[in-house]
Amino acid sequence: MYAVEAIDLVKDFGETRAVDGVSLRVPAGSIFGLLGPNGAGKTTTLRMLLGIIDPSSGTRLVLGRERPLEAAPEIGYLPEERGLYPAMHARDAIAFMGALRGLPLAEGRRRADALLAEHNLGDWARKSIRTLSKGMAQTVQLLGTIVHKPRLIVLDEPFSGLDAINQARLEEMIRREARAGVTVIFSTHVIAHAERLCEEIAIIAKGKVAFDGGVDEARSRLRPIVRLRTRASEGPWLDAIPANARREGGEFVFELPEGGPEPLLKALIDGGAGIETLAIERPGLHDAFVAIAGAKAAEAMAQEKPQ
Amino acid sequence: MMRFIRSAWVIARRDFSATVLSKTFIFFLLAPLFPLLFGGVFSSISARVAAQNQRPVVAVIGSRADFQKLNAARGQLADTLGDDHLLRLIGYSPEPNLAAQQQRLLASRAPPVRAVLSGPLDHPQLVGGGDPGTVGQLRLLISNALAGSVSKEPDLPIRDVGPSSGALSSDRTDTAQIAQTILFILTLMLSTMVLSQLIEEKSNKVIEVIAAAIPIDAMFVGKLFAMLSASVLALIVWMTSGALLIQLVKHGGVQTLPVPAVGWPVFLTLSVIYFAMNYLLFGAAFLIIGAQASTAREVQTMSLPATFAQVLLFGFAATSIGNPNSLSGIAAALFPLSSPMAMLARAAQEPELWPHLAGIVWQAIWIAIILKLGAQLFRKTVLKSGPKIPWWRFGRA
Repeated sequence: MYAVEAIDLVKDFGETRAVDGVSLRVPAGSIFGLLGPNGAGKTTTLRMLLGIIDPSSGTRLVLGRERPLEAAPEIGYLPEERGLYPAMHARDAIAFMGALRGLPLAEGRRRADALLAEHNLGDWARKSIRTLSKGMAQTVQLLGTIVHKPRLIVLDEPFSGLDAINQARLEEMIRREARAGVTVIFSTHVIAHAERLCEEIAIIAKGKVAFDGGVDEARSRLRPIVRLRTRASEGPWLDAIPANARREGGEFVFELPEGGPEPLLKALIDGGAGIETLAIERPGLHDAFVAIAGAKAAEAMAQEKPQ
Repeated sequence: MMRFIRSAWVIARRDFSATVLSKTFIFFLLAPLFPLLFGGVFSSISARVAAQNQRPVVAVIGSRADFQKLNAARGQLADTLGDDHLLRLIGYSPEPNLAAQQQRLLASRAPPVRAVLSGPLDHPQLVGGGDPGTVGQLRLLISNALAGSVSKEPDLPIRDVGPSSGALSSDRTDTAQIAQTILFILTLMLSTMVLSQLIEEKSNKVIEVIAAAIPIDAMFVGKLFAMLSASVLALIVWMTSGALLIQLVKHGGVQTLPVPAVGWPVFLTLSVIYFAMNYLLFGAAFLIIGAQASTAREVQTMSLPATFAQVLLFGFAATSIGNPNSLSGIAAALFPLSSPMAMLARAAQEPELWPHLAGIVWQAIWIAIILKLGAQLFRKTVLKSGPKIPWWRFGRA
């Protein structure tokens, strides 16, 4: 059972192709991460899935409907560029977002008060959005996204602009919703969030899905990484180290050869390498990402990190 | 369909309360009252001043009988021409020193005497400012006073058969013109506001939240009706506070206008409907044009051409006055954007009701068409959505 299925979505903006044949399957009740650098086509893909824009070609099925707007009352969406009416009170903003998705206004206000109190924003319920800090306004919008108790939550870059405490809170909220059976899709260019939260990910680069599957599966595409520091710098043991090994500050970094750790260790000891430190690491999602999306995409992501 | 209406209602409710509950709306309400108020105050003051100034006083020195004859002649003229236009006459008994009395009267400031008439009526003599108007009037008054003593007014029997058809149709043209002008001015004042209706959503990105939740058409409909309701609210305020003022300033008021061809109750109902239609048509067009703008500056630049387009269409609709069944009259009634104005003028001039039913349906269809096309255009150009459609197939997608 899939909450969202996309088959071969294509989107052209004039002459440029923003999304080039994206196919996705998001299992119901899972946390699904959409990874990729900015400009890879994540937001455009999400907007097509939500029905804000129609694809140039391809089909989508959201909560069993071909027209996503028909499922709108069961979807919550936090856009990348946050937007609220500045003059509205916080509780009214939340209730308004609920009303857009079919929740009666009075019920929306009641739930808004409860949600705001839960998030220590009870004092701000009757203050206008204009007077709130950026982080508070983001929280208000996030509450507005879930006030109507949707079955599918779509969050576009939800972690950007949040401090560490609020990021942790958001992660907790996403987990809580998923435990309750809600499907959560979020996009990010910060791999750590996807690594901690997601069961499944899709890596998007240059408008295409470069990888689609479980996080472990992405990792298992890579061999473990060996980090080695030796006292000797020359000797016959060098033959045991693969030719494509990198030097990182006096360390050799390379993939574990096919034969496993034993032949490597034997060669190092017999060759008198003088092992100072040796670590065999399971590859992280970042390494997997580099391997899958390419070094350039990874570089692009790294540059955006300061955000 | 229910969801569509509910979605439109959510947008309309937000927009209406955001507009009406803002402090600036009070200024919006007060703005048109200022010119009315000042106009009313100044015109009533100047009318009073004019009334005092325009009637020169002539002192009449002579026998009481002569003065009474003269005054009777003046009374007769005042009945026909209106008291405001005639000289004021004040009688004085002759004193022994005529020259001294004349000098004293001319020098007096209360009342400010312009000229002094003396001598018997068949040998009158005028001293002082003898401008042609005063002299002419005095001549007429004197000759009437002399004639009044010998002849009676001729008898003119009057048989009332109601207003002649010629007079009525030309008077109804006035009703048509006034009604059309009021409709035009109200729409002109109120509908250009719609141009900037989407700037807020676009600049603070709420549009993304809305577009993900409801159809764009529903958003347009909601916004349009919110503005219509705010405008109607403003109109009610203006009309109730303005009615008193109009009653004060205008003597006859609306009662002096001839009855429109369809009768007052139907005409007023149609006025309300056609105002709504006119507003919705122009509003829909402006909403869509304004939706393309991304800054307030662009909206300002657009508002002048929008105003001129309205003036042009008003001129087009005005061709139907006098002859609503002429080619241009029917064209103005058929062209959607001039239709409500032309049809209101028709209501003042022609008694049939069925064209109005047809007209209202026709206009409603066009409001729907404009909104539908506008929503597609918005999705395409602003949200950048949809497959590429050649422009000649645009409407069919």
